[in-house]
Amino acid sequence: MSGERVAVVGVGQTEHRAVRTDVSMVGLIREAAKRALADADMTWTDIDAVVIGKAPDMFEGVVMPELFLADALGAAGKPMLRVHTAGSVGGSTAIVAAGLVQSGVHERVLTVAFEKQSESDAMWALTVPTPFQAPLVAGAGGYFAPIIRAYMQRADAPDDIGMMVAVKDRLNAIRNPYAHLKLPDIDMKTVEESPMLWEPLRYLETCPSSDGACAMVLASERVADAAAKPPAWVQGTAWRSEPTLFARRDQVNPQAGRDCAADVYQQAGITNPRADFDCAEVYVPFSWYEPMWLENLGFAEPGDGWKLTQSGATAFDGDIPWNPSGGVLSSNPIGASGMLRFAEAANQVRGAAGEHQVEGARRALGHAYGGGSQFFAMWVVGADKP
Amino acid sequence: MAPTREVAVVSYASWSSPAELQRNEVEMLMPVVAEAVADSGLPREEIGFTVSGSCDYLIGAPFSFVSALDAVGAWPPIRESHVEMDAAWALYEAWIQIQKGSVDSALVYGFGKASSGDPSEIFTLQLDPYTVGPLWPDTISVAALQARAWMDRTGGSEQDLVEVGARSLRNWAWANGVDLEPDAVDVLLAQPTIASPLRPGDIAPDTDGCAAIVLAADDLARELAARRDLRPAWITGIDHRIEPQALGLRDLSLSTSTTLAALTAGLADGPVDVAELHTQFSHEEHILREALGLEDGTNVNPSGGPLQANPPMTAGLMRIGEAAARVMDGEAGRAVAHATSGPCLQQNLVCVLEGEDA
Repeated sequence: MSGERVAVVGVGQTEHRAVRTDVSMVGLIREAAKRALADADMTWTDIDAVVIGKAPDMFEGVVMPELFLADALGAAGKPMLRVHTAGSVGGSTAIVAAGLVQSGVHERVLTVAFEKQSESDAMWALTVPTPFQAPLVAGAGGYFAPIIRAYMQRADAPDDIGMMVAVKDRLNAIRNPYAHLKLPDIDMKTVEESPMLWEPLRYLETCPSSDGACAMVLASERVADAAAKPPAWVQGTAWRSEPTLFARRDQVNPQAGRDCAADVYQQAGITNPRADFDCAEVYVPFSWYEPMWLENLGFAEPGDGWKLTQSGATAFDGDIPWNPSGGVLSSNPIGASGMLRFAEAANQVRGAAGEHQVEGARRALGHAYGGGSQFFAMWVVGADKP
Repeated sequence: MAPTREVAVVSYASWSSPAELQRNEVEMLMPVVAEAVADSGLPREEIGFTVSGSCDYLIGAPFSFVSALDAVGAWPPIRESHVEMDAAWALYEAWIQIQKGSVDSALVYGFGKASSGDPSEIFTLQLDPYTVGPLWPDTISVAALQARAWMDRTGGSEQDLVEVGARSLRNWAWANGVDLEPDAVDVLLAQPTIASPLRPGDIAPDTDGCAAIVLAADDLARELAARRDLRPAWITGIDHRIEPQALGLRDLSLSTSTTLAALTAGLADGPVDVAELHTQFSHEEHILREALGLEDGTNVNPSGGPLQANPPMTAGLMRIGEAAARVMDGEAGRAVAHATSGPCLQQNLVCVLEGEDA
């Protein structure tokens, strides 16, 4: 990995809900940021720069909301950057923030990602007809369903794998006090009986719309070495993008995702992801994306991803737990969903994940993707310095 | 710890028009990106990092940067990011990635079509959505408050404002070989105000356009520039700062964030031959000259500046490109570029460029 060492020394997130009527956007981001600062044993004045990320501005109806939020994040007089890379933005934002430390420019960077979907309507915002562009048609689920069907056919996967992921992640969420969906009684039958939205995706196989935010404090080696709580050392970061539409593009197993994983694994010295990682927080907004990303990220051979899910390997007590926090299927403040993956991975290797702590976790993957799965952002964090 | 790599602008291309009604963003962007990449001398697939700046709201759709990627040809997949800011901040991000050491070169581009909507209305949506936005103060009226604050503090007149616009027009005409009416100041001053004290000549026009810059580090920059018998425009300092947005929380007649950014960028360490300032309103030039501590000898906005061409999300990057172009062709030894974002110069970036090796 290039540049100066960087570590996560503080993590904070909000309670994620369908509608957070108790807070404005200002209150929402401050809830996460203040928790991250408290976790890092820092105050606003300790921070050198702020990096904020969120998905499309139409999700709240405010153009570049970081401008009016700058003061609330203690950014007055400081540098502030705003990142937007579609659904992968929470991950990209963390990578930009890490870069400010790795470049030697700053020592303490506050990064925040949020979405307050209840301010506007994401389904509407994603369905606006744009001249010269193929319509998304009824939001993200309508876009991804045919790709999932292609996966099922290609991998010859049983029909119930998606439902297994939906049950697993929702049961994991019960151990996460911040999670939006709490469905303690969920089982295969309730998922199967929920309405079919976009064949083969049922209502309960789909992520919710959430209001929420996530924040982290990233620090230089000097600062992290002096931190009271264990830091999560960033062992590698990578991002990749590819064009949305062209004939050779494999949307089921995108090249950009494979390249991104290869890059970040090479930086962190990962040769066998299933064995080398203790857990992974992976962006799975629709149930079937677990087996698909298991293959894309090299945890399973092409065609075998669903077998890992089916065997229970990715369950909380499996050999490679995926989304012990409950994942995107349980909380989805879109712009923050990627950063939540990065932050949950960091908390696992800090031993700070609470009831959903994977015992003895020392190395974890944080993953985010966006758009029509042409944008990827990943990092590897560990208890040890790179 | 401090950034250690020498980073330079090695190519710049731009295009703008009062209204591009024939082509969409990608079509507008494609030749400009191709020109900047070709001029850099680097094959596209060897450029280490790509980053852009744009605003979804201009076309009223959620992901305007997504299709813009088609102008780059992102295959095989590329290392890429995007800021929802003027592309000058995308250039800052590229500079960070090069300083980090993971890449030696970067492509930066910005694009925006004002003609797709009404920017004065769209950018009103930048204001606090709970307390200020619902009053729908348009961007020109908000800027007029700042112009008045500057006049009240300094005793400046409306003629002082209009003279900025007139000089911008003269510079633009000179740079583009256009003959001008001799009495431009009188003509501009005779126009009625749109939002007092601002007249049409004080206000940047709605523009469609795009720009692209290629950055390279150390010996790569030297080698690429030498091939074209130019010198690299070295970025010897770059920083950006933000202020609270609320108009009542700051002295609108000053730009403290610009001063702070200039300090970190080391602007005062030498003379400034050329300044390209992101002045979307004439009074901003007066405020920025003061904030940057520019001497009278500095040639401000020799390109004509944003008062002649102001494509949203791009005009800031164009300032860096124009300043770099003056350094590369030897016209300026040391130049400063400034970019701004938000109402009343809320957020400002300062970039110092020099011709000789740092």
